[in-house]
Amino acid sequence: MEIITVKSLYFQYEKEPILKNVSFDVKKGEFICVAGINGSGKSTLLKLLLRLLKPTLGCADVLTNNVAYLAQRASAFNPDFPATVAEIVSLGIPIKMNIGLREQRKTVDNALKQMDMLDYRNQSIGRLSGGQQQRVLLAKALVKKPDLIILDEPTVGMDNGAATQICCLLGKLNKKENATLIMVTHDVPLILNHADRILQFEKGGIKLSSPKDFYQNIALHD
Amino acid sequence: MLFLELFSFEFMRRALLAALCISIITPMIGQVIVLKRMSTVGDALSHTGLAGVAIGLVLGFNPIIGAFAAAICAGLALELIRRRFSWYAELSVSITLSLGVGLAAVFSGMAPGAGFYNFLFGSIVAISNGELFSIAMLSIIVVGITIFLYRPLLHIAFDEESAVSAGIPVNTINLIFTILTAVAVAISARTVGALIISSLMVIPVACAMQISRGYKENLIYSIMFAFLFTMAGLILSFYFNLRPGGAIVLIGIAVLVLLIIVRPRR
Ligand SMILES: Nc1ncnc2c1ncn2[C@@H]1O[C@H](COP(=O)(O)OP(=O)(O)OP(=O)(O)O)[C@@H](O)[C@H]1O
Ligand SMILES: [Mg+2]
Repeated sequence: MEIITVKSLYFQYEKEPILKNVSFDVKKGEFICVAGINGSGKSTLLKLLLRLLKPTLGCADVLTNNVAYLAQRASAFNPDFPATVAEIVSLGIPIKMNIGLREQRKTVDNALKQMDMLDYRNQSIGRLSGGQQQRVLLAKALVKKPDLIILDEPTVGMDNGAATQICCLLGKLNKKENATLIMVTHDVPLILNHADRILQFEKGGIKLSSPKDFYQNIALHD
Repeated sequence: MLFLELFSFEFMRRALLAALCISIITPMIGQVIVLKRMSTVGDALSHTGLAGVAIGLVLGFNPIIGAFAAAICAGLALELIRRRFSWYAELSVSITLSLGVGLAAVFSGMAPGAGFYNFLFGSIVAISNGELFSIAMLSIIVVGITIFLYRPLLHIAFDEESAVSAGIPVNTINLIFTILTAVAVAISARTVGALIISSLMVIPVACAMQISRGYKENLIYSIMFAFLFTMAGLILSFYFNLRPGGAIVLIGIAVLVLLIIVRPRR
């Protein structure tokens, strides 16, 4: 069953088109890795899927409302932003999900534990390192048990160990809880074990390939 | 008791109650404004509010209504310009502020008597029972709505795009918040003065940010600071015959400077 259908999608910010005639489908439970050079339109595609932007032409339909999103950002925090880690993560719980305070606390703590950040729950978010902040934001995105997880370079700023750990966690969410994942990364080998398909942004357009093809391509270029 | 004699004056009782209302609503609004990095919004709205006061005095309608209407118009204009230049939000504030000052200057020149002057620094000890009642009612509404919108407002202040993607009606909430700010400005123009409202929105929040770690904690501290400043300011101005608005702000600044020097660990 498709969870995302993109058909003849065109998009431009100003005169220059960024996405030209893009079409692809994503099935429920797939793990898609999005790769490509800087400025090729990866983040733009995600924003179109999230309806943060409107297509110039064509359509980008997402058939669920339970979507988690982590935007691309190295870390642009005001170090004085007065909010604790737990307060930020709890923002990820939809208001419609009417749960009590104790339940909410438990959910938040579980999400923080997943990211190894439980010890920091009462710390001020601005006082954490960039990689730690990224983990908190990931916890905020995942706290509501989303059907579809859209991540824009989630491992930026993390050390190698942490990045591998996050990728394994995402792989597990994908396999065990059947979450659909779309993740932009410049470090494709890191998630090649977990991804079902690679969405590669190239000069001419967009190419979908299996992880196997991707490896062969790299081998050819080397 | 010398201190209790304060409460024996009816005008002082009214002033203290009005100050209580103000010390609760201004930090609630102020915290969101500061965290959205729009600290000068209060200035822009209050100066435009003054233009509304002047127009009201010239055309002969209630200047408080004038302040409220003008502040709402300015708030809406701010939102519109902000969406256009999202990276230069402070530009929208400067433009609106200039417009407000210009209009206030022109119309106050035509206003009769010294009425306009009262709204610069407010006259909290001269409010009537009816005015106190309206201030209390409006404050309850502002507090109620801000508590109801607590989480969405925090989410928007933290990261507006993420709030949009989470399905929060960000534009509507920003609009409601603008109206609440205009209400606070109108109340303050009458009581502590239009020139001072913006400081009252910002200084308690800045003080709280020196000692708090969380958002809720910060909000509670802000209200406590604002309460302390307004009460101390009012009482001092009673004994030393000062302008309450000015005394309140100066006490706030003194405490802020002290906190910055002492730098309590958080
Ligand atoms: N808000 C904007 N207004 C105008 N042009 C934009 C805007 N955002 C992005 N662009 C342009 O659209 C193109 C694609 O940007 P996008 O952010 O989608 O790239 P990306 O593939 O995510 O790059 P990166 O790997 O650096 O994150 C870029 O050439 C950029 O200049
Ligand atoms: Mg990008």
